[in-house]
Amino acid sequence: MDEPQIYARLAEVFKDVFDEDSIAVTPELSAKEVDGWDSLTHIRLILTVERAFKIKFSTSEIGKLENVGDLVALIKAQS
Amino acid sequence: MNSLYAELQWLPRAPQEFPEMLKAWSNSTGSLGCELQAMAMHALDLNQLTKLAKAMGKARSEGKSLNPLTPFRLAVLSNSTIDMMIPALVASAARHGIALEVIQPTYDQVAQEALTPDSEVNRSNPEAVLFALDYRALPLKLSLGDGEVSTATVQGAIGYLQALRNGIKSNSNAVCIFQTVAPPVETLFGSLDRALPGTLRSLIDGINRELAEFVSGSGDVLLDVAALAETVGLADWHNTRLWNMGKFSFSDEVIPLYADHVARTVGAIRGKSGKVLILDLDNTVWGGVIGDDGLEGIQVAQGDARGEAHLAVQRLALDLRQRGIVLAVSSKNTDEVARLPFEKHPEMLLRLEHIAVFQANWDDKVTNIQAIAEELSLGLDAMVFLDDNPVERGLVRKLLPQVAVPELPEEPAFYARTLAAGGYFEAVAFAAEDLKRAGFYQDNAKRAQLQKQVGGVDAYLASLDMTITFQPFDATGRARIVQLINKSNQFNLTTRRYTDPEVAAAENDPEVFTLQVRLADIFGDNGMISVVICRPAEAGVWEIDTWLMSCRVLGRKVEHMVLREILEHGRAAGIRKLAGAYLPTERNKLVVDHYAKLGFAKVGEEESGLTRWELLVEDAAPECAPMKIISRGFDAAEEITLP
Repeated sequence: MDEPQIYARLAEVFKDVFDEDSIAVTPELSAKEVDGWDSLTHIRLILTVERAFKIKFSTSEIGKLENVGDLVALIKAQS
Repeated sequence: MNSLYAELQWLPRAPQEFPEMLKAWSNSTGSLGCELQAMAMHALDLNQLTKLAKAMGKARSEGKSLNPLTPFRLAVLSNSTIDMMIPALVASAARHGIALEVIQPTYDQVAQEALTPDSEVNRSNPEAVLFALDYRALPLKLSLGDGEVSTATVQGAIGYLQALRNGIKSNSNAVCIFQTVAPPVETLFGSLDRALPGTLRSLIDGINRELAEFVSGSGDVLLDVAALAETVGLADWHNTRLWNMGKFSFSDEVIPLYADHVARTVGAIRGKSGKVLILDLDNTVWGGVIGDDGLEGIQVAQGDARGEAHLAVQRLALDLRQRGIVLAVSSKNTDEVARLPFEKHPEMLLRLEHIAVFQANWDDKVTNIQAIAEELSLGLDAMVFLDDNPVERGLVRKLLPQVAVPELPEEPAFYARTLAAGGYFEAVAFAAEDLKRAGFYQDNAKRAQLQKQVGGVDAYLASLDMTITFQPFDATGRARIVQLINKSNQFNLTTRRYTDPEVAAAENDPEVFTLQVRLADIFGDNGMISVVICRPAEAGVWEIDTWLMSCRVLGRKVEHMVLREILEHGRAAGIRKLAGAYLPTERNKLVVDHYAKLGFAKVGEEESGLTRWELLVEDAAPECAPMKIISRGFDAAEEITLP
């Protein structure tokens, strides 16, 4: 899966998790820019990403995520 | 993980346009509650449940009504993070006819919340408190091989739970829902853990056994989470990574399943469970098509894999009937042809005598299901319809959204399991009457036939040789009283729902006059069929808070006899006047003229359709019906038996 495909899929996941159509999923996007992206929603996001891409992150990987770019790098490394 | 359970496969999948449906719902002007329930009747995942709950929250904050969903306030006390679960609970409750409001105090404050009189939970006056506790919440110290210490540990844990219960009981008197404990996967010795006292596994076994016992004796409610976890597999249930990451008690993948089980339990407390199982015949009750394959061609024999799958459906239906679920048939067939296997096939478990209403004709199933509901005097929301044909299922879901229609897999071997997994007939208590209920409805069909023969109603009533028995509420009758209060919709003047503790409070209050009424006739004992609660209003006045009756005994003048009994006790208590009210719901039009028929005078009417009525005790002269009257258990301590 190449990067544009990953971003397209991620956009669907964000829509599903945040119930919001207007989020632009860019590498720089991070929690503080999205309404309702708190620690709990973050876990729901990670779990949904794992299911959508059929991958599993390690606990320490999840802890280090800063923005969507980091997330995409992790997905790429595993898929 | 088994997808039947993890993905709620007894429910149809949510359509692609689910998010758009939700948006349309938010702007709808129709009956929001009905549409909401229809949307919740899909196999929703955690994200979809979260969205549904969010839309509900928004509708509520805009002051919109979620009628006809029944409001219910549930407090959840947990030692784990439940934030992700709450929206799932709210959305799943809508599936079961409940508009749930969840009170969620601060994380891990279980004992403080239960025991402090003015804690957030106790102040919020919940109708039920769910103790969502897992094994980590209990004081479980290993005591390998030491039976005595192990017993003390189990008793200690149970004592802790009882203390929590007593706290809630004395501070808010809510129903307590306790969960059995799912044992962790990891063993210490291996198989020996089960046998050796003091291992975590045998301690948890002991706690679950004791917990079930204390809950069944106390009027509280048990949620068997241990069984649920075992059903999906303990290794899938427990997710240590999620516990470490955010203190989630179990895997996010089973949140929809868990939430549905909490919701069906709350639904059962409020009498929302199914009462009737309507069976399709061809390829559901037997393999093949009776009209084409004939008696010899259908598959319903032991030793034949296909036949055994359908026999399993029959076995489950019969077992459900034994616990009080009424069976009916809706089949597209010629009547005589459809009856043939019931009468002539030696391997059939189901017989005609088990079926209360048999609808085999060429009308559509929607018409037939309506006819069945009408014949049984039960609402469509009490019906569960089992059919292998996806077209029939789809049609019934579309035109009769109140009817529960389990989705069935291709493989008939899983029909029975899928029906059971749906939890359509969830119950929180079992009364002796339940054992007989399926028979009552069939006897009613016989009574209707007798009525045709004997002509006049009075002659018919006399021919029934009825005995009516009046008693005040007591502990023996309480389970059935609570059940009637929470289940009766049609002959119910006020539709006030009360929990077990609330009924017990009425029972023990000398100021409150209560009646439980039983009726027997030549066909058998109908069991408890009517419940009345009168509360003191101004001096010399009783306000009839609750008056309900089972529709099984409609048209028998039972209500006239009940009024006579109320008047008799009222006079003895110095009551001058009875005050009653009719609170209209979607289901109780049957009794709109109840008080008028009994000679009450209308004294008030509100825009909502609520009417108020009064009867002066000295003027009252209710009709007397031909039946033997037994009145027992009242203060006078004398048994009055009139011929």
